[in-house]
Amino acid sequence: MSKQVLSVLVANHAGVLARVASLFCQRGFNIDSLTVSATDNPAISRITIVTEGDRQVLEQIIKQTGKLEETKKVIPLKANNSLFRELLLLKVEADEKVRREVCGICEIYRAKIIDLTVQSLIVELTGNPNKIDGFLTMMKQYNILEMCRTGVTALERGYSVQTID
Amino acid sequence: MILNGSQILAEVLVEQGVEALFGYPGGSILNICDALYDYRDKIKQYVTAHEQGASHAADGYARATGKTGVVLATSGPGATNLVTGIATAYMDSVPMVAITGNVGTSLIGRDSFQEVYIAGITMPITKHNFVVRRVEELADTLRAAFRIANTGRKGPVLVDIPKDVTAAKCEFTSGPKIEGEYTTELDGEALRAAAEAINKAERPVIYFGGGVGSGEAGEELRALMNKAGIPAAHTLMAAGVIGCGEPLNLGLLGMHGNVASNLAVNEADLVLAVGTRFSDRVALNTEAFAKKATIIQIDIDPSEVNKNVLVDLSLIGDVKDVLTALLPLISENSHPEWLKQIGEWQKRGYVPKDDDSVLKPHQVIDAICERAGEDAIYVTDVGQHQLWAAQYCRHVRSRHFLTSGGLGTMGYGYGAALGAKAAFPDKPVIHITGDGSFHMNMNEACTAVSYNLPVITVIMNNSVLGMVRQWQTVFYNRRYSGSEPERVTDYVKVAEGFGLKGYRCTNLAQFKKAMDEAMTLNCPVWIDCVIDREEKVLPMIPAGETVDKMIME
Repeated sequence: MSKQVLSVLVANHAGVLARVASLFCQRGFNIDSLTVSATDNPAISRITIVTEGDRQVLEQIIKQTGKLEETKKVIPLKANNSLFRELLLLKVEADEKVRREVCGICEIYRAKIIDLTVQSLIVELTGNPNKIDGFLTMMKQYNILEMCRTGVTALERGYSVQTID
Repeated sequence: MILNGSQILAEVLVEQGVEALFGYPGGSILNICDALYDYRDKIKQYVTAHEQGASHAADGYARATGKTGVVLATSGPGATNLVTGIATAYMDSVPMVAITGNVGTSLIGRDSFQEVYIAGITMPITKHNFVVRRVEELADTLRAAFRIANTGRKGPVLVDIPKDVTAAKCEFTSGPKIEGEYTTELDGEALRAAAEAINKAERPVIYFGGGVGSGEAGEELRALMNKAGIPAAHTLMAAGVIGCGEPLNLGLLGMHGNVASNLAVNEADLVLAVGTRFSDRVALNTEAFAKKATIIQIDIDPSEVNKNVLVDLSLIGDVKDVLTALLPLISENSHPEWLKQIGEWQKRGYVPKDDDSVLKPHQVIDAICERAGEDAIYVTDVGQHQLWAAQYCRHVRSRHFLTSGGLGTMGYGYGAALGAKAAFPDKPVIHITGDGSFHMNMNEACTAVSYNLPVITVIMNNSVLGMVRQWQTVFYNRRYSGSEPERVTDYVKVAEGFGLKGYRCTNLAQFKKAMDEAMTLNCPVWIDCVIDREEKVLPMIPAGETVDKMIME
């Protein structure tokens, strides 16, 4: 089993996300995270899916997703040639006893404190998913009240761009 | 010219060459029905007893002709009644356009009367579907539906049209009939590698499926078989693509396929899979399937490669194009030792015993074929009778054996037979069914009568749900749970009640006589054939097993 990030360019139509999600559900494909966003082309949206499977399953995921009528292109992103980013919002209990410690960790990870109360604070962190995992491991020693991760968004490095036939 | 949505729909159907429309009226498609009244000379409408029957009729029409079948239903229950028919077409890659009305756009999302989100419901069972929210988009959306349905790997497409869109007006310009846009991009290196493997194989076998039929590639396949001297076994979906009497045709493969076909694939050193998808009725055990062979797959759909069975080499494209390109690279060859071995296996085949004093399934099928002939279209339902028909009909023509292979839809047959008869009024159409399947949609008798579609229905009546019961006999210690409903349906009376002719037969002479009469009657006929409930479909390989576990008695 290995992880794979797919960048899927789809027609910007109502229902496209439902089709992709329905396909994954029907065939028992895994979705670790999924984001949908606009692209520079208003007719095209980008769905970034983090999925998991053995070679045969990943091949099927790519081909079946590519077969959908509204899929324009499926790009399996290679880790060494792509940038993966994710945003974390974390609400943690932090009274005056631990606030300084929490802030210290945030500083190391270059996380931003964007909300502060007497008992708590909210931290914003952007980065590679591994970095966010690392940050969360550190924060687990405190009382996490709520958290939210956006899921991975990604682009290939370099000047070249993916075009649609 | 300025037309309303319903007229645009009718115009596009005419433009796309649609001559027959199967369906059922209702509130949300009243405008469409009204517009079609003016087109009744160009588009013949068949109103069925139930929308499911209409969907199977459109499917049968499409399978028999190769053209896109069209079905029309109203919103809500009309649309949901199509679902089984659409799924049946999807599983067997049959080109179909299903048109549903919906409530007006202002009523959508409010749980209105007869509102259902049919686009959501049919998402996993269509190639694609559309909801048309503006009349300006209607014509091009319908054209796209026809293009998608009949291009590449074929399949059903649904177009859902809210009622107000069927009334709204806009400018309409007629367009050309859409032809499939698929082009095969041949991979020269893969072709050469495939040819080399085929040329040097000592025990090669071809395993072909429905894709060869729908790709009209029977001739090309035969040329390859004959040139390379390679025997071929086929799936249920490909019955008739290569004639049953041709020496290199080994016949049916898989769960109820014959001994020689299954052993040939098992022992082959090369398997060329053409237009087929390694389904669990053929590759019953994906790990053990053709284990000794190099497997080469030809298919139009790349997602079929390595889906169920890992293959060594694949050639993606229209089967006809790929075979045409492959043929010149293939050496003339023969494999006498291999064919001799297969000949030995053929002698070990299952042979059913005749008994004229009762009705034996294989003798019934034989008597049907003797009378209906090679030109007849045979349509089945699903169950024991379906496999008997597959095993014993003398299939010699492509598109002349219509059966629900993938979904296994009991109740498919009658509607599909009517669709085939609507397409080919001059060909005999024989609907071979069982009493279980027939009870599901026998109501379509009224459609056969309304439009005088003289389909002959032969009911293999063993008074039980035979295939379920057969599994219970073999695998469940004869605990016949749910499979012996003990119905007492009098088919002769029911037939007469519907306004058609019914016969009941208990021995072969009676059946032959009834069949002879039915062939001359030119009206729909039912022939009730009483058969023993202990009759089994043999041979049989249990699910998940290999040919070593084949059951012969």
